[in-house]
Amino acid sequence: MMDWLAALTAITQREALRFIGQRGRFVAALVRPMLWLVVFAAGFRAALGLSITPPYATYTTYEVYIVPGLCGMILLFNGMQSSLSMVYDREMGSMRLLLTSPLPRWWLLVCRLLASTAISILQVYVFLGLAALFGIRFSWGGYAALLPALVPAGLMLGALGLALSSVIRQLENFAGVMNFVIFPMFFLSTALYPLWKMAESSALLRDICAVNPFSQAVELIRFALYQQLNAAALAWVLLSGLVWLGLAVWGYDPERGLIRKAGKPG
Amino acid sequence: MTGLRVENLSYAYGARQALDRVSFRVEPGTFCALLGPNGAGKSTLFALLTRLFAAPQGRIGIAGHDMARAPRQALRQMGVVFQQPTLDLDLTVQCNLSYFAALHGLRGARAQARIEAALERLEMRGRLGERVRDLNGGHRRRLEIARSLIHHPKVLLLDEPTVGLDAATRRAITAHVHDLSRRKGLTVLWATHLTDEIDDADQLLILHRGRLTEDGTARQLRGGLGLADHFLRLTGEAA
Repeated sequence: MMDWLAALTAITQREALRFIGQRGRFVAALVRPMLWLVVFAAGFRAALGLSITPPYATYTTYEVYIVPGLCGMILLFNGMQSSLSMVYDREMGSMRLLLTSPLPRWWLLVCRLLASTAISILQVYVFLGLAALFGIRFSWGGYAALLPALVPAGLMLGALGLALSSVIRQLENFAGVMNFVIFPMFFLSTALYPLWKMAESSALLRDICAVNPFSQAVELIRFALYQQLNAAALAWVLLSGLVWLGLAVWGYDPERGLIRKAGKPG
Repeated sequence: MTGLRVENLSYAYGARQALDRVSFRVEPGTFCALLGPNGAGKSTLFALLTRLFAAPQGRIGIAGHDMARAPRQALRQMGVVFQQPTLDLDLTVQCNLSYFAALHGLRGARAQARIEAALERLEMRGRLGERVRDLNGGHRRRLEIARSLIHHPKVLLLDEPTVGLDAATRRAITAHVHDLSRRKGLTVLWATHLTDEIDDADQLLILHRGRLTEDGTARQLRGGLGLADHFLRLTGEAA
């Protein structure tokens, strides 16, 4: 058991040290949501009226509405980037090194997932700190209640990245993942517009948004910021997270998985 | 059963047969060179030996442990130097080695003692605090070899470990690993396509188009020819 914890600690430390070393990645991860908050949301404020729906008890400005979605965006980008980076050319080597550890493979994958989620959560709090400087603040209780919501949400999105990294052959191009995974997940969710707003344009669109696990992660975060538990969202996040983790473990299983397809024949 | 055992190993990527019924043994204390032109199946063999993926047919034994039935025990006895660099360039030598030690369940003072001993053997102890990015190619390779020995494996696998290095560094690293196999009783499998890395007394396996075409000592196999000429004649390709 001590071996298992030693591996978890080492993998988390490595992720943290690498992250600190890559300041560009840190800045990019913060600039993206800040642009949405300061530029996009400010412009949209006048165009979009929001009605009072839970968890909001009073009229809410668009900047406040969009914050949970942007927290989710950080988790989504980071989860994808960290997991997919494992199969980039140079990273493939370090992934192979990881897989030669005598610990169970599923545990090694879970360690990677926990480590990258910890880094994502740190970024979310830095983002919330910056947002507070722009006057978008939540209660201290909300910030505290957010933490237990970010953990399953981050793990779920990281697991998605991990599952994708095991089954997709060509990953040199992050743009492909942006176009086919990140953008659809982000735009077809409640990150930018509430469900009822989506329903005004199309019932189908609303249904897609409702079942999108990213929506559920965003709603879990949104309710947590107001110290409320959205149990349905939590259940949906946990369920989809387990499915993706299962897929990832299957994908990296040397007997059945598809990792060999990502490997270089020769 | 000790050393490295490979029995009847086959592997196909779809319709393309990458390995076809490959069998060989490498005894403890033996330096075994695996020679093959590009595309011969060396990388596939290494992927199977390191359990990146498993073969539907055939068996692999690492120091007496069956890779399919007891993969964790088998991996515990195995050190690997991959063809691609697997060091974190922005982390120090110490960080890189501590990370690896922890993946093998080694922590604290025990890990540190092993790390320093492994670096000592490769005359790199003074570089513990340096960033890997600041090391030259030869030192990075030596560091990877030192790392692969931290958990005291019985079998050491090296996949073209001298690619991209100058002649003097190549010679030094090759000599060092030969020495390790002799003095420590380590079972070494060294994949290469460079015949000058192989001593006459070494075991030699020649892999060609997924099949093991020769297995013996380099001296026996080459006969009166130079090894490069022998290899060329056998495979019809430049070594």
